[in-house]
Amino acid sequence: MTDAAAEQGPGRHVRVVLVDDHRMFRTGVQAEIGRTGTTGVEVVGEAADVDQAVTVITATRPEVVLLDVHLPGGGGVEVLRRSAALMADAEHPVRFLALSVSDAAEDVIGVIRGGARGYVTKTITGTDLVDSIFRVQDGDAVFSPRLAGFVLDAFASTDAPPVDEDLDRLTQREREVLRLIARGYAYKEIAKQLFISVKTVESHVSAVLRKLQLSNRHELTRWATARRLV
Amino acid sequence: MPEAATAPLVEDPRPPRKLYRSSDGRWLGGVARGLAGHLGLPVVWVRLVFVGLFMADGLGALLYAAFWFFVPLGIGGVGTDPRPTASSVLTTEVSADGRRRLVARRPDKGQILALVLMVIVAMIFVQNVHLSGNTKAYLVPTVLVGAGVALVWRQADNARRARWAEVGRRRRTLNLARAAAGVVLVGAGVTGIFVTQGSTEHLGSILQAALAVLVGIALLAGPYLIRMTQDLSEERLMRIRAQERAEVAAHVHDSVLHTLTLIQRNADNAGEVRRLARAQERDLRAWLYKPAAAENPQEPETVAEAVKRNAAEVEDKHGVPLEVVVVGDCPLDEALTAQMQAAREAMVNAAKYGGEGGAVQVYAEIETTSEGVEVFVSVRDRGPGFDMDAVPADRMGVRESIIGRMERNGGTARLRAVPDGGTEVELTMKRAERTS
Repeated sequence: MTDAAAEQGPGRHVRVVLVDDHRMFRTGVQAEIGRTGTTGVEVVGEAADVDQAVTVITATRPEVVLLDVHLPGGGGVEVLRRSAALMADAEHPVRFLALSVSDAAEDVIGVIRGGARGYVTKTITGTDLVDSIFRVQDGDAVFSPRLAGFVLDAFASTDAPPVDEDLDRLTQREREVLRLIARGYAYKEIAKQLFISVKTVESHVSAVLRKLQLSNRHELTRWATARRLV
Repeated sequence: MPEAATAPLVEDPRPPRKLYRSSDGRWLGGVARGLAGHLGLPVVWVRLVFVGLFMADGLGALLYAAFWFFVPLGIGGVGTDPRPTASSVLTTEVSADGRRRLVARRPDKGQILALVLMVIVAMIFVQNVHLSGNTKAYLVPTVLVGAGVALVWRQADNARRARWAEVGRRRRTLNLARAAAGVVLVGAGVTGIFVTQGSTEHLGSILQAALAVLVGIALLAGPYLIRMTQDLSEERLMRIRAQERAEVAAHVHDSVLHTLTLIQRNADNAGEVRRLARAQERDLRAWLYKPAAAENPQEPETVAEAVKRNAAEVEDKHGVPLEVVVVGDCPLDEALTAQMQAAREAMVNAAKYGGEGGAVQVYAEIETTSEGVEVFVSVRDRGPGFDMDAVPADRMGVRESIIGRMERNGGTARLRAVPDGGTEVELTMKRAERTS
């Protein structure tokens, strides 16, 4: 995740809304982003629950929303559901980056399937967070090692792969990329390791994200059922 | 539990031993089993005594009914089970959401058998007793009433047990049918008494009057009863909430507050503070998200558990954060245990020599293929790196405890320098047989 720092031009600017029900955490993130100084991240709004979040996001139209998974009023998933129109906006899409302390795979996969562009844990450093925000602004997916683990788990190979559902299945390369992310590799390192370009890594990750968000495969359903999600 | 019943003075924390009817392994009302447990006698004896007393003009039945009526039903039973088979034991089961719940395995077959036997014995008893014609005429209706009452009472017991044991929810229709059967039996019995009294011509009007009275009572008391049940269930809900909160509070008090105090005291020692905070975070996470796993400090049984346990211990010991990602899971066997030991060694090395560069990444994947299970573990740090060739041949740490250990058990180990600094250890081991 650190390799995005190089891409941050001096003129980059991103407007961010912070959604979290803990005031202390919001203050902390503000300070953390502020500490990195010239990052160009501007927090234009804050919200502590679902209703507030939807109001603030609609009013300020930020580029990126840092979204907590657990929120009063239905959780991050509810915010995503009610912001679907804003996400689909072709000209100025609002993009969501999930930010949570949650360890529960269902929470995380839930917001990703709801349309969030990535998931990072709250232990993330300020620099990495800023990188992730820019990455999401660019339309890329942001996978933390833990998210990569969850996704691999969700897509875990079964004994009898359905033949006609190749589209929904992770390709060998995508799986490889995910594995390396789970092992803590940065995109640049993955590119070096697999002899591909960083752009290719990004496109693989985006493909995985898309599959995760679109897929309705029986495996995912089964996975969700096993965890009492559906 | 059975030991506590036979030798109650040894280590029973509740000194006033109360008589309960046993809900486990009971045949009828659990009276005999409960009594047996209370008195420390085999159940068979108590049952035989009851049967014997029953022959004495039905005294046993009366006694049994009285016990059934007055003695509360207890869970877990104070019953001495001479054969501790799993069929009639209360067990804890871990449900899919990871929470433990009590599950009562009911031996329904035995109960049905007992009921049938009882009816047969009662019939023989009735046949043998010489009663005056008048009394005999009342007997059948009385038996009917008795059976109906017993049926309904048994049901009340079940409902009660269901409240603790969370069973019987889907048996609601069956319960309704039972209640209806009980009511019909009682009704038939009562009607029979009227019929035998010879007041058949008034039967219709009597029934009408009775019905009217019942409807009247229902109208008067109905709202009150509904309110009461609502209040009761609400109160129960509140109590459950309070219990849950107390449990959370106990945990928070025990560990979180404790840690916070320690952190305040060690505020100057950054390393110690970090270690405490990490340990507490891990503990809390385990408690919040894996209730079952958090409570079993015994040896890990699966690869995922082992990896997490090892990482936690290394983290505690060396004060370096380890980020663990585990995909899939399978039970441990000998070779995998060796792999876990090698992985632990790798984690220790990474924490010792590569910890300054940031968190150590631990990744484990358990892949189930058609040939078997393959377990892959990688441990990666962002330290200064490591050159295997530069290590003197007499330093056996890595060679023996990681590479040697893996190879002896049929696995492979690979150490390599990561392009942008740091070392990565990759351990692969195959698990031969399939796991379900």
